[in-house]
Amino acid sequence: MRVEPTARKRVTGLGSAHHGVGHYIKQRVTAIALLVLIPLFLFQFLSSFTSGYNGVMAWLGSPFGAAITFLTVSAMVVHMRLGLQTVIEDYLDGPGRVVALLLSSFFALVLWLIAVYALIKISFGG
Amino acid sequence: MSSGWSDPRPLSPFTSVWRWHVTMLTSILHRAAGVALFAGVFVLVAWLAAAAEGQQTYEKLMHIMASWPGRLVLFGFTLALCFHLLNGVRYLLWDSGHGFEKGMANRTAWIAILLSLVLTIAIWVTAYWGLDLLPNQLQGAG
Repeated sequence: MRVEPTARKRVTGLGSAHHGVGHYIKQRVTAIALLVLIPLFLFQFLSSFTSGYNGVMAWLGSPFGAAITFLTVSAMVVHMRLGLQTVIEDYLDGPGRVVALLLSSFFALVLWLIAVYALIKISFGG
Repeated sequence: MSSGWSDPRPLSPFTSVWRWHVTMLTSILHRAAGVALFAGVFVLVAWLAAAAEGQQTYEKLMHIMASWPGRLVLFGFTLALCFHLLNGVRYLLWDSGHGFEKGMANRTAWIAILLSLVLTIAIWVTAYWGLDLLPNQLQGAG
């Protein structure tokens, strides 16, 4: 079966939210980024984890370790917020939907801020 | 769902109507794993925050995660991550217009399920016996 592609100009800016294909594209861009970042992160994580607290601090405090962790958490937070938004919109309605969407966005942002703060603190040894 | 649908025309059939097939299972599992991984990021960030807080807090958290319920939760997150990642590749291929034929879609569904199990076990075997991961952490916490 040959799938005929739809021209991007036919869908851009449409939809009741007028957000067009932004959600779709962000979800896929972060998916591809995570496909590279997660194996990298997991490998480095497992290597540093074995040497306990000091090993973990040395890795997270190194420029490469901090960068990989920052990028991984950032892509994760965007991806999971968009993903949960889809699930919430599918199963919830009315005020419950609004509350769930606000909570999901709130936790995504707060988790990201805590992660960034922790990484800065570890990197600068505060 | 709660909007009180009164239109008498038939709705599209759902899980109670369709015979179960593997692409349906992967679709549901992908969603479930995704929601579970949202919770998983809480643990990841807690780990980062504990490391930033200091050695005592870090080892307290390690002690909790090294307990049997902690290990079970971490194993579940590993499995959810592996499955969501591998099944996500299928969806990216579908988006590019490939692998959507029935036979191929069924085959890759089974591959995603089996490979995620293999990958999860491989990660845990490496962590346990290859790297001596959790025993080290337990000594640190003790």
